[in-house]
Amino acid sequence: MADRMFTVLIWAAALLVSAAFVWLLGDLVWRGVDRLSFSFLFSEPLNAGREGGIAPILISTLLILSVALATAIPLGLGAAVWLAEYTRRGGIFGQTVRLSLDVLAGVPSIVFGLFGYAFFCSYLNMGFSILSGGLTLGCMILPIFIRTIEVGLSAVSDDWRRGAQALGMTRAAALRHILIPSAAPALGAGLLLGIGRATAETAALIFTSGYVDRTPESLLDSGRALAVHIYELSMNVTGGDQAAYASALVLIVLIIAMNAGALAFTDRWLSRRITP
Amino acid sequence: MKQSRLGKVVALIGLAMLSAVSEAGSDRLELTGSSTIAPLALVIGKRFEKQNPGVRVDVQTGGSSRGVADARSGLADIGMASRALKTVEQDLTPYTIALDGVSIIINRANPVTGLSDEQIKAVYTGRITNWKEVGGKDLPITVVNKAEGHSTLELFLHHFGLKNSAIKPQVIIGDNEQGIKTVAGNRGAIGYVSIGTAEYDAKQGAAIKLLPMAGVAASVRNVRNGSFPLSRPLNLVTKGRPSALAQRFIDFARSNAIDDLIQSQYFVPPQR
Amino acid sequence: MLLATTAALILLLVLAFLLLEAWPVLSGGGWGRFLSGEGWYPLEGRFGVLPMVWATLAVALGTIILAAPLGLAGAIFERFFAPAPIAKAYRMVLALLAGIPSVVYGLWGLTVLVPLIALWHPPGAGLFTAIVILTLMILPTVALTSASALQGVPASLLHGAAALGMNRKGVVIGVVVPAARSGIISGLLLAVARALGETMAVLMVAGNVVQYPTGLFDPVRVLTANIALEMGYATGDHRAGLFASGLMLTVMVLVLAWFSARLARDGRDG
Repeated sequence: MADRMFTVLIWAAALLVSAAFVWLLGDLVWRGVDRLSFSFLFSEPLNAGREGGIAPILISTLLILSVALATAIPLGLGAAVWLAEYTRRGGIFGQTVRLSLDVLAGVPSIVFGLFGYAFFCSYLNMGFSILSGGLTLGCMILPIFIRTIEVGLSAVSDDWRRGAQALGMTRAAALRHILIPSAAPALGAGLLLGIGRATAETAALIFTSGYVDRTPESLLDSGRALAVHIYELSMNVTGGDQAAYASALVLIVLIIAMNAGALAFTDRWLSRRITP
Repeated sequence: MKQSRLGKVVALIGLAMLSAVSEAGSDRLELTGSSTIAPLALVIGKRFEKQNPGVRVDVQTGGSSRGVADARSGLADIGMASRALKTVEQDLTPYTIALDGVSIIINRANPVTGLSDEQIKAVYTGRITNWKEVGGKDLPITVVNKAEGHSTLELFLHHFGLKNSAIKPQVIIGDNEQGIKTVAGNRGAIGYVSIGTAEYDAKQGAAIKLLPMAGVAASVRNVRNGSFPLSRPLNLVTKGRPSALAQRFIDFARSNAIDDLIQSQYFVPPQR
Repeated sequence: MLLATTAALILLLVLAFLLLEAWPVLSGGGWGRFLSGEGWYPLEGRFGVLPMVWATLAVALGTIILAAPLGLAGAIFERFFAPAPIAKAYRMVLALLAGIPSVVYGLWGLTVLVPLIALWHPPGAGLFTAIVILTLMILPTVALTSASALQGVPASLLHGAAALGMNRKGVVIGVVVPAARSGIISGLLLAVARALGETMAVLMVAGNVVQYPTGLFDPVRVLTANIALEMGYATGDHRAGLFASGLMLTVMVLVLAWFSARLARDGRDG
């Protein structure tokens, strides 16, 4: 009897969550789908965003994201490799670094926004710009990225490392051809988490990359990110609701597409280097 | 492999910084400040850019206080403040580009048709807590107040002679539309927002209605003819004499060439 | 390695800058004033941050209480109860939920959830609504990390339990979950850290009144929402106060992370 009760509970929980999801997404689609069209994606905003489209905003969003990934990926990979391969397992140094990374991974995004504003915009005088926003986001996703990859690398069995050594491979070669590719799922997961977090970020970007809704001409121009645009349209622009919902749908599709892309990338490219 | 990618990133950043240094800056205007004025400044800026190719008008938000501070420190060419300047801010010059009224709004289902100034004060300071005390249904009042830093709050406090610490709100909101959505979603709510915004949203079917103040109906028309008691100027502020470009922009923003833009953002063109 | 050092430097830089900016409030005997419950009225020079700290903790606690069982149940469902096509559909639902940005959750919360709860318990925007929205937001993370933790349980344990004649509930609750305990908990704490740091969604649905949360439906302001509301215009002491509250948040996360590391370590050894 208890077993059946348990089953019922589990199914009920799953259904509850699915129902909430259907409600949320359904509401969004119902309110925003009318505004969606090709021209919405490819034209400029008019009348403070109530009319027209979101093309410059999409561009700004992608630029900010690129800057963030361009900083986080190389730095993150390097640091993760160092942590996983070059520090003693269970050593106090490695543990402290790992703990600090966990702390920083949990630091709220708005605190990174404060930092980004104080450091990149004011101190380094970059002002409101794509660069300020992108670098701030890069700092934000760096810890998660490092930790996720490091966990993935540590999970690779030591047998592989010994095998590589036995074959006379250098450490670097072993990393490149065996270890990193076998940690590909972790890399993908890290990318996924990072991209998702960065693209959804709003508050930090309002104060670093700013409000301007024009297509940025250089990385030092201010550019409005999609999440910021949604906030502005729904909270500050009279009559901007429909455009806000339509933009929300675009943002969700964008995030999901990038997630799928990250998964596909890591699945296919990196793991092709190892025989399954 | 990783080293060269890092090198590319560094080079990219370096290039970007170079382009910043070479940017003369004389063809760019930076405006910061009130989030109320920001959409208006945005559309005026776009029209200005179209008529003056090569010029760029960048608008950032942060609130009226920020606009004033940035104008003073030079971080912005022009500050946007949705209120009159205070006595301590007399070192700056205001240029009024539009007018806006602030109206009390309640939920459309609320039968109350008007509140006296005394009643409004009592509601906001928590002395009256139920709608039946002012002729409405037996429903607790949900007081919606604006967050600090917004000049709408300062205007409201000043007009009713209240201090923010005396107010007993149930909900605090950031920008105008959040206020409208909050009041529309709660039958017992009362709040205050920009009149133009409220008028437009009510016409579009939002579940709110505007209350008259001191007997004067809350409408854009009454703000224009000056009869509505709670109205404020939307100002562009500068420190000292603005640059040539800034002056041109300010003149443009005060001309009647942009009256249609002012009205499209649900504000009122000033008396000229 | 150069890259690792750069990364470490960046992270140190973040902390250093926060400390620097918060210094005016923290030094000069500011601590007492900062922590006392005088109320947060920056324009009048009052920076009592405690009500917001309690509000943040209350929101986080409520979220764990709701999200842990729901998320774990979802993971168990996907792994042990759902037939393959439904499991796949469920994973997709979770992935989609995880892809919705916080500003959208906030917008939906404000326009749909808050009015609904207002009918039941005005004003509608408050602690409870914030907890519900945050639970929805971190649920996918909890479910997905728990699922991978459950996945990591060696098949031999499952076989052993089956050999002992245990029913499904017994296997799941008695064997698999305890074995995956450390992974589940660390995933949960990661998600809670995210909940602690969530800004936009909470800003739109929690009411934002600075007061101690005495009732489940009281409007509250969390530290993150406070920073977002005031960062744009804060100057001088006020700004330092915001940075100090940012540090406070970081400390809370630190405590959480330490706790999680302890638990995970004990779980592994135990």
